[in-house]
Order: sequence, then C-alpha cells, then structure tokens
Amino acid sequence: MTIQPLLSVKDIRKTYGGRIGCTDVSFDLYPGEVMGIVGESGSGKSTLLNCMAGHLPPDSGQVLFDTRDRGMVDTLTMSEPERRMLSRTDWAFVHQHARDGLRMGVSAGGNVGERLMAVGARHYGNIRTQAIDWLDRVEINEDRVDDKPSAFSGGMQQRLQIARNLVTGPRLVFMDEPTGGLDVSVQARLLDLLRGLVREMGLSAIIVTHDLAVVRLLADRLMVMKSGHVVEHGLTDQVLDDPQHAYTQLLVSSVLQV
Amino acid sequence: MYVAVKGGERAIDNAHAWLAEERRGDVTVAELTVPQIREQLALAVNRVMTEGSLYDPDLAALAIKQSRGDLIEAIFLIRAYRTTLPRIGHSHPVETDKMACDRRVSATFKDVPGGQVLGPTFDYTHRLLDFKLMAEGEVPEAVEAEPRIEPTPHVTSFLNKEGLIQTEAEGEDTPPDLTREPLELPANRALRLQALTRGDEGFILSMAYSTQRGYGNSHAFVGELRIGKVAVEIDIPELGFAIEVGEVELTECETVNKFAGSKVEPPQFTRGYGLTFGQTERKAISMALVDRSLRSKELGVEVSNSPAHDEEFVLYHCDNIQATGFLEHIKLPHYVDFQSEMELVRKMRAEIASASAKEAAE
Amino acid sequence: MSDYNFAYLDEQTKRMIRRAILKGIAVPGYQVPFASREMPMPYGWGTGGVQVSAACLMPEDTLKVIDQGADDTTNAVSIRKFFEKTAEIAVTEKTREATVIQTRHRIPEEPLKEGQILVYQVPIPEPLRFLEPRETETRKMHALEEYGLMHVKLYEDIAKHGHIATSYAYPVKVEGHYVMDPSPIPKFDNPKMEMAAIQLFGAGREQRIYAVPPYTKVVSLDFEDHPFDPSKANHPCDLCGAEHTYLDEVIIDDDGGRMFVCSDTDYCAERQAMGHRGRLSPEAAE
Repeated sequence: MTIQPLLSVKDIRKTYGGRIGCTDVSFDLYPGEVMGIVGESGSGKSTLLNCMAGHLPPDSGQVLFDTRDRGMVDTLTMSEPERRMLSRTDWAFVHQHARDGLRMGVSAGGNVGERLMAVGARHYGNIRTQAIDWLDRVEINEDRVDDKPSAFSGGMQQRLQIARNLVTGPRLVFMDEPTGGLDVSVQARLLDLLRGLVREMGLSAIIVTHDLAVVRLLADRLMVMKSGHVVEHGLTDQVLDDPQHAYTQLLVSSVLQV
Repeated sequence: MYVAVKGGERAIDNAHAWLAEERRGDVTVAELTVPQIREQLALAVNRVMTEGSLYDPDLAALAIKQSRGDLIEAIFLIRAYRTTLPRIGHSHPVETDKMACDRRVSATFKDVPGGQVLGPTFDYTHRLLDFKLMAEGEVPEAVEAEPRIEPTPHVTSFLNKEGLIQTEAEGEDTPPDLTREPLELPANRALRLQALTRGDEGFILSMAYSTQRGYGNSHAFVGELRIGKVAVEIDIPELGFAIEVGEVELTECETVNKFAGSKVEPPQFTRGYGLTFGQTERKAISMALVDRSLRSKELGVEVSNSPAHDEEFVLYHCDNIQATGFLEHIKLPHYVDFQSEMELVRKMRAEIASASAKEAAE
Repeated sequence: MSDYNFAYLDEQTKRMIRRAILKGIAVPGYQVPFASREMPMPYGWGTGGVQVSAACLMPEDTLKVIDQGADDTTNAVSIRKFFEKTAEIAVTEKTREATVIQTRHRIPEEPLKEGQILVYQVPIPEPLRFLEPRETETRKMHALEEYGLMHVKLYEDIAKHGHIATSYAYPVKVEGHYVMDPSPIPKFDNPKMEMAAIQLFGAGREQRIYAVPPYTKVVSLDFEDHPFDPSKANHPCDLCGAEHTYLDEVIIDDDGGRMFVCSDTDYCAERQAMGHRGRLSPEAAE
C-alpha cells in the first residue's frame, strides 16, 4: 500500500525582478511528518514558505494538498474562498513575531476562540472551556484567559499563538522561525512544548529556521537552502551528521563551534 | 405635569428668522454686496469654487454672504446646488501650456523659457497689518507688462526631453466622475485627483506637511506653479467640432520628486500634480504632494504606515462636507440609543451589587 | 415649488438610486455602493435616508418621518418639511396611513403592512467597521462570510461583562448570509425586522444602500448559551400604561424624579385617545 502525501510541492519558482527568491523546489510531505527548511537569511526559505502557505504568489509551480473532499488539489489555483477556508480549518501558520499572528486588542481566550468561531462554534461556554484547555496545554495559567496578549511576555505570546493555531486541529502547520527573537531559556521551553504537541497530535509541519538545534529536535527530514536553491536534503540526522554539500558542512561546523 | 416636547416646527422657523437677522448684523452698517465679495474676497471665493466643484464666482460669493463667511458652510451650499444641475457634457481637457499666466514660478531652475513671473502674491509681503485699509482709499495702479502671446511650456517637459522624469502616459478612457459614481477602492489616479481637489484645504495641507516631516518620505520640489486663465472647449455634436465656451482661472502645480529607481528602471524623477480653481496655490501645492505620496504603491516604492501613504485614509477623510456633517450630527437627539445604554449599565451595576450583597451575607 | 424636480433629485439620479435599491432587495443585507449626492442637509443628518425616500416617493404617496420614534423632533420636522416643499406630497403622523416612513433610530410599535416602505437613516453601514477599519478588507470578509471576528466581539463582551454589551445597532444575519448593521435602533426593535413591509437602508456619506425584503429571515447574532435578549426597561408608559413598548426616560425635576413614556409618540397618543391611562396621565393624577 502506498501512502498518499499530504502536501506535494512541484517546481516552485519565485523571482523578484531579476533576483531569484527560490527556484526548482519540489518535495512531498507525508502525514505526521515534520520537514525542516534551513538556510541563512536571504537563502529563500521564507519566500518558499510564504509561497506554499498562499501568502505570496509564485511565478510557477504547484502546491498540491490532500483536501478532505476533493483529494489532491493545487492550492495555488483554488478560489480565494476555498483557500481562505483551508487556512481556517486544515492549515495553520505560526509567525516569527507573535504580534503578527495574534489580535493584540483581544483577550487570550478570544484569540484562541476566534478560530473556533470562524468555523461555526456558537456556544460560549464550550468555546471558553476549549480555550482554557488549550491555554493549559501551552502552559498558560487559566486565570490569564481574559488578559490581553500585550500583557504577556514574549514566550507566552508565542505559546498563545501556537494555541490559537492548533485549537481547530489543523492537518498541516507552517512555522516561520517559531523560536526566533526569544531568549535561549525561553526557546528551550518552547521547543520542548512544540515537540510534545507534534508527537501527541501527530502533526504534519513545515518549519523554517536558521537554527539547527530547532530542526534537530523537531524535524524528521531536512532541506538545506542556499541562494534560492535546495542544495541538500535527507533525513535530519543523516544531513546533520554526514553533510555532503560544502555549504551544509559549513553550516553544521559553524554550529558545532558554538 | 409633563407635556411632551412639541413645537419643533415653530422652533425651527424662529431659529431661521433669528439667523437671518444675525447674518445681516448691525443695520446701520452698509450691507455687503455679492460683487464686493466676488472682487474683494476673491481668495475665499476661489476656495469655495474649488472645494464646491463649481466654477461660478458669483454663486460662490453669494454662498459666502449667505453663510456669514463660514467657508465650509458656503462650500456645502454650492455642493448642494451643484448636485441638482444636469451633467450636459464634458469639455476637452484644458491645455494648461496655453494658459495666460498671471503667475508662474519654478523652484528647480533659476530661469526657464517663458520666464519666472511673480504675479500677485503674498510671498514677499511683510506680514504687517496695514492700518490704511481701515479707511477706504484708492489703490495706486500696478505696473503692467506686455502680455505673452505664445504658449508657455511646462518646466517638467524640459526634464522629460532628457528622460529624467517619468512620462505620464495619456489616459485612454474618459476618467470616472466622482460626483456621479461611488468612490470604490482601490481608486485610480484620476479619481484620487478629483477627491483631492474637492478635499478640505486644511486637511490636504496637513497631510502634505506630514510627508515633509518624515511621515512618508518623499522630498518634493515645486517644479512649476502657474496661475492664469485657460480656454474651455466643448464638442458640439451639431457642429461636428469643438468651440470655446469660456475661460476659467486655474492654479496648476507640478512637483518633482526623486525616485531611486527599481531593478528594471533607472533612477528618475517622478511627479505630483495639483489643479484647482482660481488662485489657490497653497491647496494646489499640497495636493501635488499628497498625490505623489498616494502613488507610492504604483511607483513600486516603499509604502510606509504613514497616513499620507494610505489611500483609504486620505480619500475617506478629506471631504469637509462629509466630515463636518458626520461630526455635527452628534448634536442630533440620540436618546433612544442612550436609553438602551443606560438600561444596560444599570442592569450590570445591579448584578454586581446583588452579587456582592450575597457575598457579604454568606 | 418648481425650481427643483419632484422630490428634489433629478430623474437620472433617482433611477440610479432605484437600481441600487433593487440590487439591495435582490441580495438581502448586501451593501450596494451608490453615487450618493450632496443633499441640502448635512451628511450624517439623514442624507442617505432622504435620497432613498426621494427615489421611492410617488405623487400619491403619504409620508411619515420619525426621529427617535417621534414625529415632532426637530430633524424629523425638517426632513418632513423638505419633502412637503419639494414633492408636495401628503404627510401624516399615523403609522397606519403612511406608505413611506423614514426613520432614525426606531421601528414603529405598530406592525407594518405589505405595501409600506420603511426607510432607515444609517450613519455607519458596516457592522465590521470597528473591528476592521479597512473597506477593502471588510468587503472581502462579507463576500467570504468570514464573520468569526463579529463573534469575537460578542465573546469579549461576555468575558468582560457577563453579557453581550451591545444595546443598539445590534448586528443581525440576513437570510443566512450577510451580517448587517440594522442602523442604531435599540436591540428591542430587532425582532420586528422580520416584517411584511420593505425595509430600505440609506447611508449617504458612506455611499451605501442595503435592504431587507418582506418576510426575510433576520437573526440577531448570539451564542447558544447567551441567547439574544431584546429586553427593555421594566416599566409601563406613564402616559398610556403600555407595558410592551420602548420607552424614553424623562427627567422631570431636580431631585432625580423621572418618568417613562413611549418613544413612539403616534402609538402613545392613539392609546391615550382610546382611553388607556398611565401613572402620570393628567386624568389619573387628578
């Protein structure tokens, strides 16, 4: 029996004027799999992520997703209502800056509850119970449910953003440098939390990061990008422990020096 | 005993009568005539024509008289009158390079073909109250020069020859008419310019000023400012050609802004444009700055969060007739809404009071 | 008065407005952009309602104008006079006799009938405006029925106050699709919106017209466990004794003495004429 990929990316190319954002990117992501994309800033990893998540129109290529009702569908040619529905139900996007992914003027409970209400939840008590449950899962105390995110620390904001994204049980999560901008100790706690959630929920995810520690902990597979191209890919441990491409070797060694 | 407040109708009639009396003021002082306003308060008349979107100095002067000098009220009178007029047709675009200029200055060149003409400007007057004006008296006659017969080319056309300034392609379509079609966003430039011309002088001025102070970075020079009369031509279907139906006085301003260029285009200058009725140069210059600022997106330059870069913000808030109406409507009775708010607040207070009473009892 | 066309606007403009009205009726609750004209009264004072009324009025119509439920408030008087002058039509204070009723902030107490048109004056037509200031974004949200944000607002109310703290301009969902602002009527009036008459909404400054055709489903947004509550002050009218009407609170002395009277002046007067009395009716007080 062959397993159907959840996401199948084919020949994505995006240019800015004459400059290449990313090109010739193809890969499959299987259910329950976590794919890491690493590279330095400007390597095209964020461009690729935004193209896949529908935030940026690529020049060419396909992003096929295994939809619940129609099977594999190219999300780039989907109608906007369909794509927006997808991003409310099956997809989630965790921004590097929690501020971009949260409503700063709305309480923590309202932030988590919005996605539930967006897909039709209309029972206040249930919405609140679920919101509190999710706050608990991301280690935010119940008594903070009515506080606004602006009163939260950076790490708490990021955990709240994760709760807000995962509450509807998405099938695919895009993460853009989820630990970026946080203190090292806060990063460790967040990574630990993310690893637990990924395992527990069997999440499929694509994580973009420049931090090899993040992919080492979370990713099953790894793609290394440089100047818009994928220069190496494979199982995480394999790529990190036995890098083939000179650039990957440099990346790995620069980390090991730390 | 309570008697329902009645007599709104009589109150309104009485208020109107009182207003008429106040407008006239002390009857021992001679009444102001419409021609006096038209001739001696010409800059107020020009503003009312520009923001009222109607070129008629007599009606604008009448509106100023009727509104007791409240220019926004006068603009409102003109707008309300204008809306009842049928739209018979439209003129050819006016040829401003054929303008008979009373004033024409460029800040970008020391001298230009056609010359710099200061004209009747406050620019270099010392702002000292002239007490002589408290008495009536004759004004000494100003020196006259020979009028220039040939067209006065636009300063930007000289830059254009070198390709130093962005060429503005001639629009093919008849531009939409803001007074006949709803403003829908994103708006095209023709619609934006119409809105800016009609926009409140104070608002446009402040928006323009904000771009100079770093809220939206676009450093502008006045490439050219010209004021004068241009002919208005209309096609007459029966004749098969256009005839001149009159002339209007206009102020036109073109600003020159630097544009860093993009990956595909070399650096060049870009333009901002302002066009207004009569001598209204503060408005025309402001308008040109705001026009350029609102073009950032189409020119592919960085768009900041500054108000003057935000088309929706500027276009939805620049109209003083809309703004003043909505602002002042909060004087109208709102007691139904207020009542419902009061009931809600009372109910919520009662709930808190009873909850704390219960707590105290326990 | 012959200086202006019948009902002030020229026929071309009226046609343009009628087209917007018809589109609005065809797509209940959808905000149709229209080229609002400058009217001889300020924006915010009912120019949208006046334009819609002007486009609906025929010489044989009878017009009623109310503001806060009353026929004799100054702005209602002013708009009624405007149409008396420019359209020379019959006017009335009787809800039952009117064919076109222009209103600000209330729905008459007496149920409206088929053949009547209720025209609302609307200040801000966009129910999502204070959640999302951008028109380009809110139009997309309506098109895609992305109304989660609307419920976030209600959620926040309950979390903070224990109640939905919206007492007027309470948002409704029309015929299962568009979320609509019913104009600033008290929520007490919301249930009346499922009615036999045509309801037209005009927002002049914001250049929008929308409509609710007769017998259309209009549901006030709520939560299953916090249902919509159209309650009002728990008093009878002190003049006519009605217990089922929306009331104005009037302060009658310096010591905080107050009375409650029907905000619908026509309805109250008719009840009094029929012999109903309240706590402070002149006869009752004697």
